[in-house]
Amino acid sequence: MLNTSPVLEFKSSTFFAPILILFKNDIAAIELALQEKVNLAPEFFKDSPLIIDLRELNKQNLDLDFIQIAGVLRNIGFFPVGIRGGNEQQNKQASSLFIPIDTAREQTNAGTTGEAQKPENTKPALSQPETTVIKELINPASAPPIYAAATLVTQPIRSGQRIYATGDLIIMSQVSAGAEIMAEGNIHVYNTLRGRALAGVHGNTDARIFCFDLQAELISIAGDYKTSEDLNKQIYKKPVQIYLQNHALIIKEIA
Amino acid sequence: MARIIVVTSGKGGVGKTTTSAAIAMGLAKKGHKTVVIDFDVGLRNLDLILGCERRVVYDFINVINGEASINQALIRDKNCNQLYILPASQTRDKDALTQEGVGKVLEELSKEFDYIVCDSPAGIEKGANLALYFADDAFVVTNPEISSVRDSDRMLGILSSKSRRAERNEEPIKEYLLLTRYDSDRVKSGEMLGLDDVQEILSLELLGIIPESKSVLSASNAGIPVILNEKSEAGQAYADVVARYLGEKLPHRFIDGKQGFLRRLFGGRK
Ligand SMILES: Nc1ncnc2c1ncn2[C@@H]1O[C@H](COP(=O)(O)OP(=O)(O)OP(=O)(O)O)[C@@H](O)[C@H]1O
Ligand SMILES: [Mg+2]
Repeated sequence: MLNTSPVLEFKSSTFFAPILILFKNDIAAIELALQEKVNLAPEFFKDSPLIIDLRELNKQNLDLDFIQIAGVLRNIGFFPVGIRGGNEQQNKQASSLFIPIDTAREQTNAGTTGEAQKPENTKPALSQPETTVIKELINPASAPPIYAAATLVTQPIRSGQRIYATGDLIIMSQVSAGAEIMAEGNIHVYNTLRGRALAGVHGNTDARIFCFDLQAELISIAGDYKTSEDLNKQIYKKPVQIYLQNHALIIKEIA
Repeated sequence: MARIIVVTSGKGGVGKTTTSAAIAMGLAKKGHKTVVIDFDVGLRNLDLILGCERRVVYDFINVINGEASINQALIRDKNCNQLYILPASQTRDKDALTQEGVGKVLEELSKEFDYIVCDSPAGIEKGANLALYFADDAFVVTNPEISSVRDSDRMLGILSSKSRRAERNEEPIKEYLLLTRYDSDRVKSGEMLGLDDVQEILSLELLGIIPESKSVLSASNAGIPVILNEKSEAGQAYADVVARYLGEKLPHRFIDGKQGFLRRLFGGRK
């Protein structure tokens, strides 16, 4: 019988994976910092692919056993799918785990896990400092900073839905209880916020949350959070802005 | 091309099947050729409410599996010749429902019918997801209590993200609220949420409020959809729902005590 239907097909496409930039080789500290991140949004990080960036470590001549770190990441629930900026030994180890080596791009605009990075060391900039600062840190001679575009959402975010924005997140509709919105930058909700809102999720302590009607289950900026239990009755159902001051969340009514 | 309506809720026992039977009958009575499909495999009771349980020979799954033609499985309603029922199987397991199979059957039916009403099972699992996947319109059946409102909200999220329209980036499913088993006395006494409470959370276009009514149970015992009982308030409310869905502007009835305990607890915002 003649069968002309193809067995397979190649399509060109892009696959998104977060990049984990390591600044220290203390595996226990890395594990702790990551676990904290994951606890904030377990569903979001569950089975997430991950590219491991070792350039910073190798610049400082800090050695790291790649097999060991890959094991730690798998245990937490990540899937390491690539290594970048590794030394010869680390690349060999990655190959032995069938993890591809990314040598093509020598620059990165990726964010980082905020914990490993001391906020005092990075000059706070105004709107999107995170990407900029890291980029300068890695390659001072690089091109102008790339700003992540803001994400605009106009339909309601219902219970069980999750939105993640790499830049600012602007929401025009209500966010239901049981919904989760996250942004590496600021979050604006021009409506009622009943769900969980996490701004500056990659450690941007300058990120802010603005909303018209605060009834949130949880608010967080760069990992510092408050649950609805901790929210003051005075600002309940009020238009507010939320920002971080010395690791304390400040909630202020917008008059 | 038929318009596909899914009657859905997330939470069980809120009145989806009662609603499916009523609105399918209402649309048919208005002269639109309508078929109502029971997606609740293993727990069929749409045929009971429509009083055709003793005429079931083949079912939805037989059709999907190619064991019967659609025309063999469709049952014509005894009260209205514009209404047909495609019953669920009571015996087979749910895995027989596949997206491809459901899609084929709906496509066939679309050629012949004006409206296809899909009676969704409870939950947010496969059966419920398949019932809504191909929908154009969604009737979100909600009772005036927190758990039901929460589940409806969850369902609305699925409607806007996991449907064919969402996947194809087409115009989203049109979502309507149907507040059922509304008991004005219990709303007034603060035992139940009021319409305003529910709308504060869901903010949907309200298609109607169906009052709690004994006539619903007696109608389903008799196998005659409650919409055919013109004396019943629930029947009248369902008739209004159908008329509004078809574009008539009617004031809402059966709605005393709009403010339930949430409002009284926190006060209005205006
Ligand atoms: N307006 C009403 N007044 C009084 N009883 C009602 C009303 N609507 C539904 N009921 C009753 O509630 C029960 C559940 O109704 P129904 O079977 O329509 O719900 P369902 O959402 O389809 O349930 P399931 O999730 O199990 O499929 C039935 O006993 C029905 O008679
Ligand atoms: Mg039912």
